[in-house]
Amino acid sequence: MPADKPLVVIARRGSKRWISAADPAALKLGLRIGMAASKAQAMVADLLLVDAAPAEDAAALERLALWALRQYSPVVAVDGADGLVIDTEGADHLHGGEALLVSGLVNMLRGRGLTARAAVADTWGAAHALARMLAVETTVVPVDNVTKAVIDLPIVALRLPAETVQGLRVLGIDTVGQLSAMPRAPLTLRFGPDPARRLDQLFGRVAEPIEPIRTPELVEVSKNFAEPIGAPETIAKYVKRLVDQLSAKLAENGLGARRCDLAIHRVDNTRQHLRAGLAKPVRDPGPLSKLLWDRIETIDPGFGIEKLVLVAVFAEPLEERQVVSSLIEEEIADITPLVDILGNRGHRLFRVAPVASDVPERSVRRIPATAPDIGQTWANKWPRPSRLLANPERIDVMALLPDQPPVVFTWRGKRRKVVRADGPERIFGEWWMRPREFQAVRDYFVVEDELGERYWVYRAGDGIDPETGSHLWFLHGVFG
Amino acid sequence: MANHALNPMLAELRERVEQLEGGATRARQVLPFGVAEVDRALPGGGLAFGALHEVAGGGGGTVDGAAAALFVAGIAARSRGKVLWCMTRPDLFFPAVAQAGLHPDRVVFCESDREEEALSAMEEGLSFGGLAAAVGELVRLPMTASRRLQLAAEKTGAMGIVLRRWRRQNEASDYGQPTASTTRWRISTLPSERLPVAGVGRARWLAELMRVKAGECAEFEIGAPDAQGRIDLLPTTRDGADQTARWRSLAG
Repeated sequence: MPADKPLVVIARRGSKRWISAADPAALKLGLRIGMAASKAQAMVADLLLVDAAPAEDAAALERLALWALRQYSPVVAVDGADGLVIDTEGADHLHGGEALLVSGLVNMLRGRGLTARAAVADTWGAAHALARMLAVETTVVPVDNVTKAVIDLPIVALRLPAETVQGLRVLGIDTVGQLSAMPRAPLTLRFGPDPARRLDQLFGRVAEPIEPIRTPELVEVSKNFAEPIGAPETIAKYVKRLVDQLSAKLAENGLGARRCDLAIHRVDNTRQHLRAGLAKPVRDPGPLSKLLWDRIETIDPGFGIEKLVLVAVFAEPLEERQVVSSLIEEEIADITPLVDILGNRGHRLFRVAPVASDVPERSVRRIPATAPDIGQTWANKWPRPSRLLANPERIDVMALLPDQPPVVFTWRGKRRKVVRADGPERIFGEWWMRPREFQAVRDYFVVEDELGERYWVYRAGDGIDPETGSHLWFLHGVFG
Repeated sequence: MANHALNPMLAELRERVEQLEGGATRARQVLPFGVAEVDRALPGGGLAFGALHEVAGGGGGTVDGAAAALFVAGIAARSRGKVLWCMTRPDLFFPAVAQAGLHPDRVVFCESDREEEALSAMEEGLSFGGLAAAVGELVRLPMTASRRLQLAAEKTGAMGIVLRRWRRQNEASDYGQPTASTTRWRISTLPSERLPVAGVGRARWLAELMRVKAGECAEFEIGAPDAQGRIDLLPTTRDGADQTARWRSLAG
């Protein structure tokens, strides 16, 4: 399919054929969504037409929802025919906050060739409306600011049937603000309960629970309680039972859980979700229940819990493997369970691995804590400081150019006399990373003051050519 | 310790006390420094596994803890198994630690936002079992917290090392407060080893053993860990000819 030609998707309603989606090239030529197909063809000569496939679209959207369920939050559902709704409560901090979560999500989808718009708001209704009506990619509405954000949106955003929207427009109501100013009784008499209900949902006056997406492949176990439970010990006991059942089911299918969600249904019809993520597939009940027990204190049982549901939202094949046993060497223990426990508490776990780069701040990269062993270490034999400042700090220096170490330097207001020094170790900029580094040079010196404290200082530039750097001095690290 | 052999009665008594304490159920293991003078000052002839140790820097090292981190890295390098390194300020430059013999594959870092979280992560690591050592870079170490760490370490036999580093140098007076740790060290930098040419030689430290359970305090002048994490005893040398002469005699 040629990429440069305008493309539209044609949907059918009865005998009418109309544009249901168009690419940016087509929109630029003046084609609009809802336009008749014949008119579009008349306007643009070499227009590409593709028949709409709603069933395939729905299936793709469901796949996307399942992906988001694994990646983002325990509560994800398909919203209408063209969107997803994600309950980010308690999940946003894992991605660095709400703004980073949505921008990351939109970027991730763009990487997959999808154009997406996302909005975060207090209620499902508000987020739904903002994502569809604003022309910006990501919107984050601060808590309790929904009213201000949605008041000017058109009533199309309200998830009302098309006839109702048409009828309201006839009455001269165009925006959410106008609609909410209308008296309720005549509105309900004329259009049924829908407009009032949607408004209440939009402003968060009535609860709108999101029923998370489930597929037959997901391994799920649940327990209903005739008497609501609330004591932490009781919850722990039933969590253990559920985990046992879940691991038995996983074992039947030869699977191991990577992510488990515990949904807690309370008697007042609200829900709470706990998510436990694992670095490697696991179906051993011990570590699994430990991960969930760890967070029981965060459960608020309210008036009691009437149902617990445990789902393995992300499972991977897990094969039993015989461990090679040697009688002489003691086995180095697998620390994956520890990584899981700490990771689920919100700590950032990582290992470091060498990078072939002479620039100190680029010579270390973080890898996942459970990544296979790299086996390599830094080949450099030059002394390196054990603490490296994230940002090199300016120092005032007295030094002979071009290649003598400093005689005295002042760092953080303290003047230090250099007794011994080593250097320079010249490090060149990496022009393949940034063109500005084409000529950049740093000359590193190890300096030792009268007290024996050793520092790593450098001069930006080679001491002769101003093209190579500013010739200012910086302190970059502290030796032990 | 040497005086054990001198007084068998005392040794037996100590053994019975240890049994009462419950520590004797597992054979007490130690990690010797490989330097006779240092090991002699430590009960059991080395740094005990299943115990908590405290290390801090002196002078400017109270804030950056650079020398203390290398000292800890040298200890961890000579142990066997994985090491958990908990911290809140991720400024450890691993190439330097790798030069002290600690392989990057052996160290799992745990970065936390708050000090208390780092403490809880360290406790979890110690009570997990299967780790050689759990290192925590902490500002405060109250008695209760240190007691918890010590008990967790006793239970599994992992070595707990708290690397104390403060925000400001004058806060370091906190280091005198009692904690439940088995040993307490302070590592201060000394002028580096003299070279016959201009340059900076092997780093030298003053390692003060400020507190040790069932032992005497001591001070050592040591050389920074080599590529296998081993320290060396480097006695003080006066500035001047004797050092050069010694070096010449070694070379010649």
